[in-house]
Formats: sequence, structure tokens, C-alpha cells
Amino acid sequence: MNYLWGGMILIGIVFAGFNGTLPAVTEAALDSAKEAVTLCITMMGVMSFWVGIMKIAEKAGIIDGAAKKMAPCLSFLFPEVPKSHPANRYIATNMIANIFGLGWAATPAGLKAMEELGKLNIERNGPRNAHIATREMCTFLIINISSLQLIPVNIIAYRGQYGSVNPSVIIGPAILATCVSTLIAVVFCKIMYCGRRSVR
Amino acid sequence: MKVLLFLSDAMIPLLIFSIVGYGIMQKQKVYDDFIEGAKDGFRTVIDIMSTLIGLMVAVGVLRASGFLEFVSGGLAVVTEKVGFPAELLPVSVVKMFSSSAATGLLLDIYKQYGTDSFLGLSASLILSSTETIFYTMSIYFMTAKVTKTRYTLAGALLATAGGMAVSILLAGMM
Repeated sequence: MNYLWGGMILIGIVFAGFNGTLPAVTEAALDSAKEAVTLCITMMGVMSFWVGIMKIAEKAGIIDGAAKKMAPCLSFLFPEVPKSHPANRYIATNMIANIFGLGWAATPAGLKAMEELGKLNIERNGPRNAHIATREMCTFLIINISSLQLIPVNIIAYRGQYGSVNPSVIIGPAILATCVSTLIAVVFCKIMYCGRRSVR
Repeated sequence: MKVLLFLSDAMIPLLIFSIVGYGIMQKQKVYDDFIEGAKDGFRTVIDIMSTLIGLMVAVGVLRASGFLEFVSGGLAVVTEKVGFPAELLPVSVVKMFSSSAATGLLLDIYKQYGTDSFLGLSASLILSSTETIFYTMSIYFMTAKVTKTRYTLAGALLATAGGMAVSILLAGMM
């Protein structure tokens, strides 16, 4: 991140030097900083509202309830994780939290899930192979990365701020795109899962 | 497409209605919970504020210097062959590493081409349907002390590419 950011600034200024756009760069730097603050003020309203609503869902037990209903889905995706293993609960919580866009709840559960899968790995393959990812870990991460989020509320807020006529018009298509990428992820994982039965 | 657009209009009100309704049925203190959550949301934005300032300045500098156009121009030759708009390449690649840096580029696209243009819609959908591959992989695998990640990256890239392709396709239909 440090190199990425530093690189962006340095390349921009050097390039501007050659391109003769240095005054524009000065103006852009000051304007962008101001703009970021304006944006944050809008975001504060939207995010506070949305996180507040999601807190109600969490407290009312909607998240936990949904995570419990995930069991059949999990045994399909992770057939070799024992049904009563704690990893299941963490994986379910992580996926549900991602679907609802609760990033702050998803990551801790996801990390716990990886820890539990790591323990399973040691149980099955011995501590010497602990550095090799198991198929469950691969499946879990690929599905996680395929993005599960139902409503991209931050993107909608940005669109609103930048003058979109209908900021939320992207929800439906975004759900479809997310479903397709998740579907690809599931199919890919299943193929890899069966194809390498000999290697755990 | 019609169903999807209806879903867009109805999704948020429906979700809010069901969550608040369910909360009341469960005899939860919905207003207190809401306030508690709202405080969290407020804090989250304060936390990302400095990051956003930093990154928007960096993108602003790159844009003003003419560098972004220079790169997109160079890449256009390659990407146009597969039907991928070159303007979307920086934001798509950066999203794999950092969500906030991608946000900076997204907002730049909004300013340059408009939120409801083809490029604005595509970028919105791409950022909604993809994740920060490298960031997620590194923290998750670090926790499990795993160094050999096997086919995770291949699968993640494949799923992301699929999400991007569908995003661009759908944006073209909107």
C-alpha cells in the first residue's frame, strides 16, 4: 500500500513535469482533498443509517438464524468437515455477514474459520503439512473472494453523491453479477475438489 | 432486465421493512439498536476518511498529470481486442489489491464520464461484484499459517473475471 500510494504521487508529479501539467496537478491535489471531505460527510449519513439497520438485524437474531439455515449448503461445499465442527459455524457467519454487507462482522468470523480449518488440517495431515492449504481452505477463500454482497450500499452512496439520477439502479444487475461469479467459484471448487481426491 | 431493475427499486425498502418488522416482532429495542449501529457506522467513516483523502489526492494528481489517459491509451490497443473498455482497466486491477484505492478511481470515472454512463455503470457493477483478492488471501492465509495456497488464486481470478464480464455485459443492456 505504501509503495502503491507513493508510486501514484511520484509518477503523477514526474509525468506532469514532462507533460507541462504541473499547475493542474497542484489544483487537483487541493480540490481532491476538499472533495474527499465532502464525500465523507455524505457517506456518514448513509453508512450510519445502514449500519444502524443492520444492527437491528444482528440483535434480532436474523444473522444467526440465517447462518443456522446454511447447514445443508455447507455440507455440500465442505463434505469433509464434520457436521458438528466449529468451523461450520464460523464459515456460515462469515458468508451471511458478507451477503448482508457487514464487512466488520465478516472478517473476524472468516479468520476464526481459517483457524479452525487449520486445526482440522493438522489433525488430518500432521503439523508438518500445516503450511499447505487444504481443499476446504481453497473453497472457502475462493467463494469468499467471489463476493457475496447483496446490496453495495457504499457504491450506491457514491453514485448519489456524484449526481446519478437513480443511484440504486445497479442493485439488481449487481446481484446477478455476484451470483454468476459465485456460481463460477462453486463449480471451479467442485471440479478441483473431485479432480484431486488423492491429495488432501 | 426488467426483473433486475424492479429488484433494484424494491430491494432496499423491502429489506428495511423486513428487518425492522422482524425486530419489533422479536420485541427488540429497535430504536436503541439502530442508534448503537449508527454510531458504529459513523466511526467507520471517520476511520476511512484520512485514507480516502490520501487516495483521492493521489488519483487526482495522476489524472491531472495526464498519466491515466496515457496508460489507458496504451492499453486500449490490447484490451479492445477482447471487448474490455480500457478506461475500466486501472480500476479493475487496483480493486484486486485495495478497495479504497479502487474507490478513488471509481469516483474519477464518475467525474469524467458520469455515473449513469456505460463506463460509470460498468465500474459500479465491477466494484460491487468483486473482492480485494490479494488483500483477502494474504490476511486469511496468514491467520491459518499457510504458505502454499494451491489453486486459490486461480479460482479467485476466474470468479473475478466472470463477475467483470457479466458486469460489462449488463451495463451495456441498461
